[in-house]
Amino acid sequence: MFAALGDETRLSVLTKLCDGVPQSISRLTAGTKLSRQAVTKHLRVLANAGVVRNVRTGRENLFELEPQPIEEVRDYLDQVSRQWDDALARLKSRVEG
Amino acid sequence: MTDRIEKTIELKAPVSRVWRALTDHREFGTWFRVRLDGPFVPGQVSRGHITNPGYEHIRWEAIVQKIEPERLFSFTWRPYAIDPNQDYSSEPSTLVEFTLQKIPAGTLLRVVESGFVKIPSKRRLEAFRMNDSGWSQQMQNIAVHVERP
Repeated sequence: MFAALGDETRLSVLTKLCDGVPQSISRLTAGTKLSRQAVTKHLRVLANAGVVRNVRTGRENLFELEPQPIEEVRDYLDQVSRQWDDALARLKSRVEG
Repeated sequence: MTDRIEKTIELKAPVSRVWRALTDHREFGTWFRVRLDGPFVPGQVSRGHITNPGYEHIRWEAIVQKIEPERLFSFTWRPYAIDPNQDYSSEPSTLVEFTLQKIPAGTLLRVVESGFVKIPSKRRLEAFRMNDSGWSQQMQNIAVHVERP
C-alpha cells in the first residue's frame, strides 16, 4: 500500500477524495494536467490497494475513499514507532546506568 | 505517508559503550528483549527468542548486514513474523540501521527502520492486533523501571 500511496499524483487524487464525497473520473481529472486515462490508471492502483472504492449510482461511475486501510497503516507505523521508543529507553537506561 | 521510521536519541555514554550495547549479542538482548543464540556476524542469520513478557519463546531472526565499528550496525528482519507455525521466508523484510556519532554529551544514536513498502497489509494488521496489548503492558514496565530510585 505504501507503493500505492508513494506517488504524488495518486496522493493528489486521494486528497480530492478526502472529504468523503464520491467523485467521477471527470471531476478528478478537472484542474489537473493529467489525461482521463492517466487518472483512471492511478485510480485502479488505488483500488487494488484497497484505498479507493468504486461506487455505481445509476449511470454514474464514481470513486470514494476507503479510509480504514490508511488508518491501519498509520496505526501499524505508530505501533512500530512506539516499540522503538520503548527499546531505546531501555538502551538508554542500560548505557547510562 | 512515509515508509520509514527514524529515531534519534542522545546517550550520556561514550560511543564505545553504546557500540558494545548494540553489537554484543548478549548486551543487545538485555534491552531489545531477545535471547540470541550467538554473536552478530555480517551476512549471517542471527537467531533467538523474544524475552518480552507475554511473547516469550517466539522465534526471532535477523540477517546481519553491516558492522562498521563504532559507526554503523544494520540488519534486516521481519518484525511482524510472530506466528510459530508460519513460514515467512518468502516475505519481504525491513532494514534497521543504527548509526553512532560522538557528541560533547556522549553519543548521538540514530535508528532508521525502512522498507515497509513491501509488507502485505494483512500481515501488518495481524501483528498490530497481536502486539497492541502486550506493548501497552511493556510501557508500564518501563515506567516502573526508570522511575525506581
